[in-house]
Amino acid sequence: MFVLVEMVDTVRIPPWNFDRQLNEAMAEELNKKLANKVVYNVGLCICLYDITKLEDSYIFPGDGASHTKVHFRYVVFHPFLDEILTGKIKYCSQEGVHVTMGFFDDILIPPESLQQPAKFDEAEQVWVWEYETDEGGHDLYMDQGEEIRFRVADQVFVDTSPTGPAVAASDAPAQAGQATAPPAEASEGKKEAPYTLIGTICESGLGLLSWWNS
Amino acid sequence: MTCYSLFSQTDQFVTFTFFFFTAQVFKLLIDLKEQRKDGGKSKHSAGQQNLNTIMYETLKYLSKTPSSRQSPEIVKEFLTTMMPHKLTKAEKLQLLNHRPQTAVEIQLMVEESEERLSEEQIEELIQTISDHLPGDPEQEKAAAETDEGGGQS
Repeated sequence: MFVLVEMVDTVRIPPWNFDRQLNEAMAEELNKKLANKVVYNVGLCICLYDITKLEDSYIFPGDGASHTKVHFRYVVFHPFLDEILTGKIKYCSQEGVHVTMGFFDDILIPPESLQQPAKFDEAEQVWVWEYETDEGGHDLYMDQGEEIRFRVADQVFVDTSPTGPAVAASDAPAQAGQATAPPAEASEGKKEAPYTLIGTICESGLGLLSWWNS
Repeated sequence: MTCYSLFSQTDQFVTFTFFFFTAQVFKLLIDLKEQRKDGGKSKHSAGQQNLNTIMYETLKYLSKTPSSRQSPEIVKEFLTTMMPHKLTKAEKLQLLNHRPQTAVEIQLMVEESEERLSEEQIEELIQTISDHLPGDPEQEKAAAETDEGGGQS
């Protein structure tokens, strides 16, 4: 579930923190920068494990703060492919079942990876496993808050770092003969998750824990 | 909880080192929490809010898993006992994280278990796990009261 990642970065310590132990000040700055943040292609950073190497500190003209290159190890949430994880159902939608682990929210189980046959109950907004036995059909609802065990099928990293301003909208006067390009995306409203896990429960033993416990 | 993607391509990283046992993460967070309790003012400053949030949520999650009851000695002893079974590191990690009590769960975590383990070996594995890894005290109390053995055949 967690990995240790070796990273290198330059940490800036402002002058008012010069009285503190260097290691402590470093640790605080690194945690401030990385904790609870997703690093592209790495994972969700949890907390600092240790500092392996501190290089010399430099002060640059015009800035009273010291800059130090640090080699450190950080605990990162990055489940491996096919790992089994447990979470709670956050809610269901047409896109699938959304699962949360408390500290990490963006887990989706798409409809094709649910136990089949499955249908989406529009009225109650839940996915249902239409379980067939010899005695007849038995609908198993995937309710909010239920604990669910799933396998990690895929992971998606999206680079959500700020990009430049979108191309000018229609209020800018268009020059004759020049086509105005539409704004890049109407993206202001929707924020994409930087790190998403795609899960599957299409196997014996996966799905709601209550389905498999005696 | 929104997470922000950070770092442009200019910052460089080395690759992942190794799977970090969940029990180690739990211990690390508990120790860090203790440390910060004495820290006084610093943990409430604006910049530390993210660390507080992630620590709180992760501890909340992990405290409900078997890893929260696994000291380094228990983990080491378990891994030593597991050596003859020839499981991969990922498989042993999952056994530690989930403490499976049924054959169905073992089959999920061990690849091609039908070919690598016979039925007796699976039963043996379940027994070893049950003996070496502490279970959830509340769950065990409830099971003892209803007098139902765990697991399905």
